[in-house]
Amino acid sequence: MVSDISVWFTETWENFQQWFQTQIVDKFILNFIVEERWRYLWDGLWVTLEITLFAVLVGILLGFLIAIVRATHDKTGKLRFFNAICKIYLTVIRGTPVLVQLLIINFVVFQSVSINKVIVAVIAFGINSGAYVAEIFRSGIMSIDNGQFEAGRSLGFSYASTMIHIIIPQAFKNVLPALGNEFIVLLKETSVSSYIALEELTRGGDLIRSRTFDAFMPLLAVALIYLVLVMIFTAMVNALERRLRNSDH
Amino acid sequence: MTTNTLIRVENLEKAFGDLHALNGISTEIQKGEVVVVIGPSGSGKSTFLRCLNLLEEPTGGHIFFDDVDITNQAEVNINHYRQKMGMVFQHFNLFPHMTILKNMTLAPIKLLKKSRPEAEEKAMELLRRVGLADRAGAYPSQLSGGQKQRVAIVRALCMEPEVMLFDEPTSALDPEMVGEVLDVMKDLAKSGMTMVVVTHEMNFAREVGQRVMFMDGGKIVEENTPVELFTHPQSERLQAFLAKVL
Repeated sequence: MVSDISVWFTETWENFQQWFQTQIVDKFILNFIVEERWRYLWDGLWVTLEITLFAVLVGILLGFLIAIVRATHDKTGKLRFFNAICKIYLTVIRGTPVLVQLLIINFVVFQSVSINKVIVAVIAFGINSGAYVAEIFRSGIMSIDNGQFEAGRSLGFSYASTMIHIIIPQAFKNVLPALGNEFIVLLKETSVSSYIALEELTRGGDLIRSRTFDAFMPLLAVALIYLVLVMIFTAMVNALERRLRNSDH
Repeated sequence: MTTNTLIRVENLEKAFGDLHALNGISTEIQKGEVVVVIGPSGSGKSTFLRCLNLLEEPTGGHIFFDDVDITNQAEVNINHYRQKMGMVFQHFNLFPHMTILKNMTLAPIKLLKKSRPEAEEKAMELLRRVGLADRAGAYPSQLSGGQKQRVAIVRALCMEPEVMLFDEPTSALDPEMVGEVLDVMKDLAKSGMTMVVVTHEMNFAREVGQRVMFMDGGKIVEENTPVELFTHPQSERLQAFLAKVL
């Protein structure tokens, strides 16, 4: 009786060990260690970070300029022409999928030009993100009470100085959560750049899969890496938010 | 026209679309004078005040500050003239992301090009005058309404303006805090500051005002010394108004 159970345990344990060895350890070795396949992920990770970082910068710059034009138009009625251009940009960019924009920029705009694919992706994602960032910034600026604006002007500040010293610092603090969210979306969206044969993180996992014919390990690894990146980024945004909130009680 | 005139308003008009808030206001404000503007809601008194420093752009008429037509936007840098006209708002409009001291020194440092120590010294001196020196490092949200408004007044004073415009400075305050703000304004009037005050505080108008202006329907219906205006109102409209508010 007792020995039966013990035999069962032993067998189960051995089965488990065997399964673990073949399914987990061997596959891990096959997918990541053999031929240094982990490098696909490692190199892809850096490409993903590179695209994201520069696309964020382009997006912020573009979004900021557009938000200023749009908010100035909303507040003062000036800059009508530029506002119209900005509106067209927002409508087109937000109305079409980012993947289609990426393909157009890669295969139409840079059709006959030999250009680094990373730059293509940065341009595509930067332009795309800029549209969303613009609306985030604009909502932030419009959310500041007009009294703040009048107080600045009544002290003698110009429109621009009032924006710089009084409105934008408050607006930035208000939109930080939405901005952080936009960049998390952007980071994950860069995964579609494998469509233009850019070897970023997702593509890296895919390349491993095509070598080893195993989907589970590389895809799980790719998902985990994105998850960790987003968690790190969220923590950074939260820390910044806390620091800014310290100045406001 | 005497050389003592600080602000001269000629036939001022302001329309918001079809709504005519101001229908031809003409008046003069002398240096050192305290003018109190009273009137029912919608009479245009706040609009009139906000036109003086062009926070509202007039749709007609002229405003002369020190004999310069500041409504001539093409030739006049209004930012320069706004520095000489301090303004206090109903809702204080302190900058919530800055300390009290920073609120007060921002404009003098950026616009008057004062050094930080110089600006801070002036700010602290003014804060001491209104009894808030110990709150210099606090943020606006940590202050009571009355304290905020006192800070708003001294923030404007930091720019060393030639005239102070008050737009219903006590209307958003708890009743018990009205006194502390009015006291500051009374001291300011005594110090010889030129003031234009839009208010519902009739006692303040009577006590501090040198001239009271009664507005209704975008016009100055009557203006006189407080004693005359309150005791012998000429127009029916003013009589009706005073019967309700006094």
